Amino acid sequence: MNVHFPKVNLPESPDTPPLGERSGGRLERILAAGHFAVTGEVGPPKSHDAEVIRRKARLLEGCVDAANITDNQTAVVRMSSIAAGAILLEEGIEPIIQMTCRDRNRLAIQADLLGAHALGIRNVLCLSGDHQSMGNHPGAKNVHDIDSMQLIRMVKDMRDRNVFQCGEEIKGGGPRLFVGAAANPFADPVEWRPYRLAKKAIAGADFIQTQLIYDMPAFRKYMKRAVDLGVTERLSFIAGVGPLKSSGMARFMRDRVPGMSIPDELVSRMEGVVSGIDKEQKEARRDAWRAEGIKICIEQAQEIREIEGIAGIHIMGIEWEEAIRPIAEGAGVLPRPEIE
Amino acid sequence: MIVAEQKSLDEIKAMLKDAKKVLAVGCGTCVTVCFAGGRNEVGVLSSSLRMAREVDGDSLTVDEVTVQRQCETEYIDGLADDVESYDAVLSLGCGVGVQSLAERFPAMRIFPALNTKFMGYPSEHGVWEERCQGCGNCILHLTGGICPVSRCSKQLFNGPCGGSQAGICEVDPDTSCAWQLIWERLGEQGLIEQLMEVEPPKDWSTSRDGGHRRIVRDDLRLPDGEEG
Amino acid sequence: MSPETFKPEVVAFCCRHCAYAAADLAGGARVSYPPAIKIVELPCTGRASVLEILHALEDGADGVVVAGCLPGTCHYLMGNTHARQRVDHVTELLKKIGLEDQRARMINISAAMGAQFAEKATEFVNTVRELGPSPIARGACRGGPLGGPGKAPAMDGREGR
Repeated sequence: MNVHFPKVNLPESPDTPPLGERSGGRLERILAAGHFAVTGEVGPPKSHDAEVIRRKARLLEGCVDAANITDNQTAVVRMSSIAAGAILLEEGIEPIIQMTCRDRNRLAIQADLLGAHALGIRNVLCLSGDHQSMGNHPGAKNVHDIDSMQLIRMVKDMRDRNVFQCGEEIKGGGPRLFVGAAANPFADPVEWRPYRLAKKAIAGADFIQTQLIYDMPAFRKYMKRAVDLGVTERLSFIAGVGPLKSSGMARFMRDRVPGMSIPDELVSRMEGVVSGIDKEQKEARRDAWRAEGIKICIEQAQEIREIEGIAGIHIMGIEWEEAIRPIAEGAGVLPRPEIE
Repeated sequence: MIVAEQKSLDEIKAMLKDAKKVLAVGCGTCVTVCFAGGRNEVGVLSSSLRMAREVDGDSLTVDEVTVQRQCETEYIDGLADDVESYDAVLSLGCGVGVQSLAERFPAMRIFPALNTKFMGYPSEHGVWEERCQGCGNCILHLTGGICPVSRCSKQLFNGPCGGSQAGICEVDPDTSCAWQLIWERLGEQGLIEQLMEVEPPKDWSTSRDGGHRRIVRDDLRLPDGEEG
Repeated sequence: MSPETFKPEVVAFCCRHCAYAAADLAGGARVSYPPAIKIVELPCTGRASVLEILHALEDGADGVVVAGCLPGTCHYLMGNTHARQRVDHVTELLKKIGLEDQRARMINISAAMGAQFAEKATEFVNTVRELGPSPIARGACRGGPLGGPGKAPAMDGREGR
């Protein structure tokens, strides 16, 4: 198949304030000051238990500049990301609320964003959302009134042009939100991914957080293209890393998870660390896996730091928030800088 | 065409449990072409119902008729003389056919034998695929003739999302990624630049949300009043 | 009715290129098969429709066998394959109707297999005999022995195809 590439033109939007004057949030200020950013992730509980958020917040304290709060992740009902974000704020951690187009139409999204701002939230990650068939309400009607690209543009216009999506003026000004978007460098068509990234910059994304990265050669290729296109001049690119927890998980992600690329070499390493341990010694195997998972993650974080165009790392514990601190430490990104 | 499939025999039996004499009405248009409600399917379903009720020891008379188009009154007017002699009408038309029978014969109980699924076409023998959701505002000229409203799991207007792998949608291994297809098609047509345009939010007011939609064509309406 | 006194009625839809000729051969060779079998000659088993198989059962047959050419030898390439798909469909329908799915069967046979035709036909009749009479009383559903098409209102010439 012939692959065709468009010309990419990334004009600076005349409405966009300079970096550092958009949201007033810590993440933006860290990036504006030229620091290497670190973000983490908190999965809200499938309950109303605020203590779960507080406990996870303590695990992240001092390790990250901001933490994502997932929004009904994998289409499973959980505590609302904005409510969990408000609790995180009380704990002194800056939230990045994730906002999917699956569950809300443009009215609900804008209403929630106004509310989020009122609660002190300054970052939003714009997502289309995992399909409802993957979660615990497969019979739910999905919304998809707008898509993630349109959501990015809508949030940016609310902030920079003080207008609702319909064009009506937001009296008193729009919510000051730092606009994030997701990227998956390994999904198909792979050749198109840097261009889709550029399109998110055109739509108005201030920062990008990627899916988990394990395949370094493929990621380097993608980043080279992104840098060549000038995308990393226009937005802050934060690369996603996370620890493998077992060789089974590594194999599953390699073989079964669409858009995920895990080199065989990493699977072998995970298999290798338990080769001398009896299958019955479950705890010993788990500890060996987890130690190796963290080790691999640290190596990759260090490697990613050296790649041109990278503005930070996003450490995803995936229900293993305890791993975030040792990874941040090992990657040499602690302590986090103080910032005005 | 409108594509439908038959409900389960159990469900249809349950609907008809109080009836002794039923008229099964097929339709000679879309549901004939998709083998859901044409004359043959009327025969098979009627025979199955008669035998199933016979097995239960509760005989049911099912008479069979197939009209050319259930969705136009003039084609179902011919049923008017006989329909009152039945306890119920079992429609093997699409949802439109069921409703036109119900409108024409308001005193009758009209039961749907089919589930109307989508507007689509046969992609191969025995396989039908959705191609249009009737959103009322076609954008196929922007997407290489491939509809993201009906074919993308998330109805993206700026795809593909991160769940596209090897041309397949992560939601279902039998579903092609519509945006992979759009990307390929526009590439081959030399129109790849189009994909860098951020497509603005769709105006869904032309879609399903305001009660039933209506088209009025003054050039086709019957004139009022005196003959010209 | 005990299996000894029950005389099943079985309809055999036979392809003229194989099973019909095989039945002939069996007769000519004095290989006997149960007289309960009523043979319907078809140009190909691809001609046998789901509706006709159902109508046979509805009109009082205790079993229906569709007898086509050996796989890969259909004179019309795929007729026997389609027939098997349809018989499979009928057996699924029979379960839903509440009849035993063994009352319909597809067999494959060549024109030279007279003895095997008799053997397979006998085996099917025995299966049906074990099942007992069909609960569908002869002609009860479609009105009259061997029925007629279900009554339908006059349609003023506006019927579908």
